[in-house]
Amino acid sequence: MTIDKQSSGGAEASPIVFRLDPGSGMPTYLQLVQQVEHALRLGYLTVGDRLPKVKEVVEGLAINPNTVLKAYRDLEHKGLAVGRPGQGTFIAKTLGGQSRDQDALLRGLLAWMRTADDAGLDEESMVALFTSALREFRAGSTTEAAAR
Amino acid sequence: MNLTPGGELALVATSLGKRYGNMWALRDCSLSIPQGRVVALVGPNAAGKTTLLHLAVGLLAPSTGEISVHGGLPAGGARARECVGFLAQDSALYPNLSIADTIRMAGHLNTGFDTARAKARITQLQLPPAQKVGKLSGGQRAQLGLSLALAKRPRLLILDEPLSSLDPLARHEFMAALMAAVAEDGISIVFSSHVVSELERVADYLVLLADGRVQVAGDVDDLLAAHRLYTGPAAQADRLAAELPVVRDRRAEAQAHLLVRVPVRTEAAHAEPPEGWQALQVGLEELVLAYLRKPGASAFPEPRELTGRGTAA
Repeated sequence: MTIDKQSSGGAEASPIVFRLDPGSGMPTYLQLVQQVEHALRLGYLTVGDRLPKVKEVVEGLAINPNTVLKAYRDLEHKGLAVGRPGQGTFIAKTLGGQSRDQDALLRGLLAWMRTADDAGLDEESMVALFTSALREFRAGSTTEAAAR
Repeated sequence: MNLTPGGELALVATSLGKRYGNMWALRDCSLSIPQGRVVALVGPNAAGKTTLLHLAVGLLAPSTGEISVHGGLPAGGARARECVGFLAQDSALYPNLSIADTIRMAGHLNTGFDTARAKARITQLQLPPAQKVGKLSGGQRAQLGLSLALAKRPRLLILDEPLSSLDPLARHEFMAALMAAVAEDGISIVFSSHVVSELERVADYLVLLADGRVQVAGDVDDLLAAHRLYTGPAAQADRLAAELPVVRDRRAEAQAHLLVRVPVRTEAAHAEPPEGWQALQVGLEELVLAYLRKPGASAFPEPRELTGRGTAA
């Protein structure tokens, strides 16, 4: 069932549409960056695809256009996208071939969980610890990004 | 598209003050806001928000100091009025006029009014032109007010509490339209608001007024980079509070949360918390609420005296 279908008509339309998770606590521009990276990994976006126009994103999400520009600049720095003046921002590189890495990471995480279980942590304690570590990691990586 | 053309300033206030009798509604207000920004003006009731906005539009004359807009034009002067748009609280429209007549009237009252643009926006919003303004919903009235303000093609748009009477959906749609105007025209926006929770998405510059004075002013990214929430053992909280300015201090027997101002970008030692403490980034809402709770604290005019024990949680 489609409750709210956002139109994606027009030949030039971007294959993806952004959403925001207000509860994530993650800065808005990072959410946009991560959604593009996610779409690249899952194959929703490929080389040559156009990212949504700044005005489209702004109208859809009611966010500051500078936030979208910041996200697109970040993607350009990472070499994933390239801006063409007057035309928009286009995907320049895919993020494929990560499945083997992911398998290894998953095995590592499972090993960690077994260790945590041996140490007497229940599921909720593991989640709390993981979330706390993730937050620390994110705080570190965003301050590094800001210092650059 | 360039949303931050360097150099030019959208709004400059120098020692600005406004006195009513012997009551100061606003004093010692100095601001310097670059162009292309979306400025949120927040503060409790009677903090001086509307006074500041009315001074910027020229509806009031300052008692002390000066205020200029769009690269140095004196506020309220003929040239300033041409490039400044203003949307008053609750849009201030005539309820008995139809939408079409309201647009026609606005065209007569404003030089350089783009009637075609106003009409196009009304069509896009699917508002019937024959409808009386008084019969519109709050959200539709706000959208009509915005359409009129944008049809003036202002370089700086000033809005007094544009969201206050709107439901969540109408707020979202209003803000979406406003942000689209920023993206399209690169205009600067100054808006006052009580809706603190939605500022983070839209505002990239914050001005917080308290008791007629500027308490906090600055680029949102800079402000967020300059604050951290330190969480750690309550026993060490006093020592930490002596070293850093504390905006909000919450302590229980074992644990303490201190919202502190940290030295910005001093080499790699960026906001490293002491041993045993965890540093978290704060959001704009949390930051604004912390300062609203503590009118004595200020950011940017050098704060120091803001230690002291808060409510124990």
